[in-house]
Amino acid sequence: MNDASDKPLVQFKNVNFSLSNNSIISDLNLTVERGETLVLLGESGCGKTTTLKLVNRLLLPTKGQVIVEGKPTSAWDPIALRRHIGYVIQEGGLFPHFSIARNVGLVPSLLGWGAAKIDERVRELLNLVGLDPARFAERYPRELSGGQRQRVGVARALAADPPLMLLDEPFGALDPLTRASLQHEFADLSRRLGKTAILVTHDVREALTLGRRIGLMHKGQLLLLETPEGFLNSNNPQARAYLDTLAVGGTA
Amino acid sequence: MSFLQFLQNNWVELATLIKEHLVLVFVSILVAVVIGVPTGILLTRYRAWRGPVLGIANVMQTIPSLALFGFLIPLPFIGGIGTRTALVALVLYSLLPIIRNTVTGILGVEPSVREAAVAMGMTDGQVLRQVELPLAAGVIVTGIRVATVIAVGVTTIAAAVGAGGLGVYIFRGLRQYDNNLLLAGAVSAALLALAADFLLGLVERRFSYERARKRSRVKLHILVPAIVVLAIGGGIAFWYFANRPVTKNRIVVGSKDFTESVLLAEILAQLIEKGGATVERRFELGGNLPHEALMSGTLDVYPEYTGTSYTAILHHTPITDPIEVYNQVHSEYASKFNIEVSPPLGFENTFAILVRGDDARQLNLREISDVAPHAPKWRAGFGQDFMSRADGYPGFSKAYNLKFAEVREMDLSLTYIALSSKQVDLIAGNSTEGRIAQLDLIQLDDDRHYFPPYQAVYLMRRDTLAQSPQLQGAIGTLTFAISTEEMRQLNYEIDGNKRDLKEVVRTWLAKKGF
Repeated sequence: MNDASDKPLVQFKNVNFSLSNNSIISDLNLTVERGETLVLLGESGCGKTTTLKLVNRLLLPTKGQVIVEGKPTSAWDPIALRRHIGYVIQEGGLFPHFSIARNVGLVPSLLGWGAAKIDERVRELLNLVGLDPARFAERYPRELSGGQRQRVGVARALAADPPLMLLDEPFGALDPLTRASLQHEFADLSRRLGKTAILVTHDVREALTLGRRIGLMHKGQLLLLETPEGFLNSNNPQARAYLDTLAVGGTA
Repeated sequence: MSFLQFLQNNWVELATLIKEHLVLVFVSILVAVVIGVPTGILLTRYRAWRGPVLGIANVMQTIPSLALFGFLIPLPFIGGIGTRTALVALVLYSLLPIIRNTVTGILGVEPSVREAAVAMGMTDGQVLRQVELPLAAGVIVTGIRVATVIAVGVTTIAAAVGAGGLGVYIFRGLRQYDNNLLLAGAVSAALLALAADFLLGLVERRFSYERARKRSRVKLHILVPAIVVLAIGGGIAFWYFANRPVTKNRIVVGSKDFTESVLLAEILAQLIEKGGATVERRFELGGNLPHEALMSGTLDVYPEYTGTSYTAILHHTPITDPIEVYNQVHSEYASKFNIEVSPPLGFENTFAILVRGDDARQLNLREISDVAPHAPKWRAGFGQDFMSRADGYPGFSKAYNLKFAEVREMDLSLTYIALSSKQVDLIAGNSTEGRIAQLDLIQLDDDRHYFPPYQAVYLMRRDTLAQSPQLQGAIGTLTFAISTEEMRQLNYEIDGNKRDLKEVVRTWLAKKGF
């Protein structure tokens, strides 16, 4: 993959996706730069989660191409592609019958790492997301709080050191205080690790906090792709509607 | 005899029946799991098959078990009588809960968990083995548990096709009105079901991840030996069934499911064994199973009555001439079925019109015609069979012009007691019933020759008869060798005195000098 390092990590070219003749995504063009966190913002049903799933080939475009590291997803082996991309979903999507350590070490073990190496990596990652391995490694997901489970979800996505992370409303189910602190930790973490991330949310505050660029989606279309500053100054009526909710909240 | 005494005297046989029962349940559940779980998994992958396959499994479970055994008897390879047929039927019954719970368990896994598994880069096989099956295991084991409890119950029916198990006691107990037998069979079966339910409940909890804490490592240590034990147990059982010797010099003797038939079969069996051949006993077969089994070659010989063959098998209207009936049955069985009918054994088991000895002596009753003047004051008690069959009550009352004050339909076996305790005044019993003498009942002569003859004979396959001098010898010995009184006495030893059947036969053969 090194020969592709000069190319953009992910590129959407005229992507359409429809399910039984209902258009979910229409004519999407988007390039994700290396090292950036791109936030896709939109209300539920706007196609933002579908966009994520097109990247790791949980879905294939009806028309157009999604290009990952220079190769269309249709040409990738789906298993290899997915092991190459970190994936975080709401509530972590942890396996309830796996211990925390086994959850975190999942992709490395799928990739065939040795037990000692996996063990070391699990410790490292739990420390990284602020969970003491001695206390948490052998526990089960249901014994953890929502915030702790979300940290484990992030650790699991980072396990095989993927160049790209996909996050689908990762902090959506948390209480506001936990959410705020996790958002800051994540911003800090992605800066330190230099990961490229695509994050999906319906929370404009989260978009402004975490995104280097914000893509505003509405009814399957990308209306706007801007830096946070550009988004704040946009005249797009959808963008204004989001910003108005901030004014009402009074905490912008 | 008290129940405890009964257990003391019969615990060896009871233990054998329990063992047979357990082997049947164990092997059938093992096979059902091996077929059902993969089928369930496939159904989660191929949605279109789900409806039809579950539908078929559903229908299988609604077929009454005796009917299912009936369908299976004539089939080649999986059919016949004995253990194999019972296993096939039990497996068919056990499939539904196992398939259904496998499907439900796997489809019930959180969609987000499955999606996460796919998104992490698991292959379909890895998703199945590492995520779906472990999370569905509790539900699947519940299915196995339900199937096992059902199988313990259904296995009691297996006795009807000669596969053994606790049903042998239950059927025998029902026939002989012996509560000890019934109790021993039914209570043991119930206890087995409870024990299976309890043990599989423990297994189920092991597999339920909700309770798995630090035990997850231990779980594998239990799972692996459990699978090994299952595999070894299954292997031994398979070997046992596959290697049961099938020799040419072996005569398979069958019987129907009532005492007299079992007695006649055992008498023949012991005589053949004395001749030096091996006998396989397939006794207590229900309904028309012995006939079907004889036709398909799984039985070589069983005792029958000419009247039954004439009406129930050959579907003729009843006639009263015994020689005519015998000749007709003999020639039609030879031409239609290639089956030989032995010469008569010497007694008839026909309907016997019975009254109390006191009444007979007081009113001077000898023939059925003598009853007519008293009938309007009398109550009659008849079995369901007599009330409904062609040669039963309707023709009988017309032939003798009898109009009773009341006709009660009741269980045949209860009519004897009802008569002697003056609940009724006249019954139609069996002429060889053991209790006739004991209860001081008198059989009235069929002076208008209404009842068709039911001479006892053996029916046998002609090829077997030709190849077995032992069978030829035994049939020769038994020709006209058993009188009605002797048969009554033999029946009474079993049903009245509760003596061991094999022992009774041995004593009788010795006494007769056979």
